[in-house]
Amino acid sequence: MTTRDIVHIALFAAIIAALGVFPPIVLPLVGVPITAQSLGVMLAGSVLGARRGGLAVLLLLALVAAGAPLLAGGRGGFGVFLGPSGGFLIGWPVAAFVIGWLVERTWQHLDLVRAFLANVLGGILVMYAFGVPWIAVAAEIPLATAFTGALGFVPGDLIKAGIAAVVAVTVKRAYPIIEAKTVA
Amino acid sequence: MIELCNVSHRFGERTVLDHLNLTLTEKRIAVVGGNGSGKSTFARLLNALVVPTEGQVLVDGLDTRREAKAVRRKVGFVFQDPDAQIVMPLVEEDIAFGLKNLKLPKDAIAAKVDAVLDRYRLAHLRHQHTHTLSGGEKQLLALSSVLVMAPDYIVLDEPTTLLDLRNKRMMLRVLAELDQCTVVISHDLDMLGGFDRVLVMHEGRIVADGPPAETISAYIRMMD
Amino acid sequence: MTLGLYIDRSSLLHRLAPAVKLATLLAAGIGVFLVRDPLWLLPVLGTVLMLYAVAKIPPGEVWRQLRPLAVLMVLFLLAHGWLTTWTLGFLVVLRFAILVLAAFLVTYTTKLSAMIETLERAIAPLAPLGVNPAKVSLALSLALRFIPLLYDRVREIREAQRARGLERSVVSIAVPLLVRTLRMADDLTQALEARGFDATEPAPRAGRAKTRR
Repeated sequence: MTTRDIVHIALFAAIIAALGVFPPIVLPLVGVPITAQSLGVMLAGSVLGARRGGLAVLLLLALVAAGAPLLAGGRGGFGVFLGPSGGFLIGWPVAAFVIGWLVERTWQHLDLVRAFLANVLGGILVMYAFGVPWIAVAAEIPLATAFTGALGFVPGDLIKAGIAAVVAVTVKRAYPIIEAKTVA
Repeated sequence: MIELCNVSHRFGERTVLDHLNLTLTEKRIAVVGGNGSGKSTFARLLNALVVPTEGQVLVDGLDTRREAKAVRRKVGFVFQDPDAQIVMPLVEEDIAFGLKNLKLPKDAIAAKVDAVLDRYRLAHLRHQHTHTLSGGEKQLLALSSVLVMAPDYIVLDEPTTLLDLRNKRMMLRVLAELDQCTVVISHDLDMLGGFDRVLVMHEGRIVADGPPAETISAYIRMMD
Repeated sequence: MTLGLYIDRSSLLHRLAPAVKLATLLAAGIGVFLVRDPLWLLPVLGTVLMLYAVAKIPPGEVWRQLRPLAVLMVLFLLAHGWLTTWTLGFLVVLRFAILVLAAFLVTYTTKLSAMIETLERAIAPLAPLGVNPAKVSLALSLALRFIPLLYDRVREIREAQRARGLERSVVSIAVPLLVRTLRMADDLTQALEARGFDATEPAPRAGRAKTRR
């Protein structure tokens, strides 16, 4: 890990925190807020790649757990991990890692479609794979019911994946950070 | 003494520095030049942040290519934007950062930090968040946290560009009092009066070299 | 640190070592999942609330943490009351309340800096796995240093884009934010190296870890 890697990780953690200033939209019924912050998680993976992206998100969560109110709406502390949306938070670093991994694999041919798919797979599929089972267990509801409930978020998340793809492709043109992985 | 022997630097196709041969011995040296003249890259050569693609840079005989770490201990570097070089949340932590990298014992670090805070009148700010400082205070902190390492040389990349007039004067006063050999990169002609030697750069070459009086007029002619 | 949810009071809980509080929280967290009868959770909730009093945390804070959950909790309760049993509904609601309140109690009574120190100490034994504590510690400090700066950047960029009628477009804010920040990353990297930070240095071996104060 180079000095530059550490700087990228720290600055991206700060970027995700700063994206929390956008007012969250709380979807009715399910109550989990939709924020520009989970867009920041997608961007961490898309712009920094798997390792640095995942670590940037992990760093942010470490500070949140330590008591820094860095999540949207000034939330922070250990409590946010144990609340109903805690599973999604735990899924954040993994999501960033998976998005980064996919983006690295297609780096040379990265276009809007590929970037979008990477963000859908990592940012939605992986995120839900962590978030939904936690709700099911903690709220004592069947997994299938919890998944049905979570479907309401999919449209919003698809829009976010689209935005992340546009931003990732634009930033790649202006300032590429990921080195091309040679396809074996 | 800093020597540049046949130094060239390229970024891809573009030649940024073109066969420079220089020996820097004066106490106060200024480097002026327009945008893209290569002066910023030149500054970064002096403490091994940039290694030339051709030729060699010697600081007191140490080759920047092979002995970057030792060179950086000799040559302190102050960047144009203090926000990009203040690295710690608190003022005193930022001043201590370089000393910690040298693995000095705790009490030695504390003593040095205290001395610098006093000398540059920052003591009342020591527990402040670096983010809350004014522009002038930030630049002073950036300089202090380099000076605390007691380098033999100090390179400043446009230290006054982002400052207002009052802070610029404060900065110039502090610079005038430095004990170190100073190399200042600037395009601010007002500050060059007291320098021993001024280098004028243009398109990667030194086009004028000498005391301020003659070189500055050459620079102004060139800019017209 | 101004950046933190810590509430400065003098109490037994404030003086307790962070590691002890975290271990207790972990145990309590597992504990509430083993209990299947909400009646048993009531005294636990009572204890947590009593500890808030011991720690002199204003009751308003309790509500501030529970409020965002309130809608969801009512929903869970009604759904269970309707589809399964009310008992299960109360169990779920009480469990969340206890978990969240207990976790926030730890946060309110522990300074951010103390928590970060504990975190740094906790990862020190991971050095053989390639985790370099010096680098983790630098990353934490850098993030804390740059978060307020980036808040300002977002504000500046939003204002600039508002002038062009783009303040609601996330793309038109995220792109300049990212490009400017990544550019600054290069200067910052040089600044760290100019001041003698050396990323190639191996992590100190465990056992020779830093002395405690």
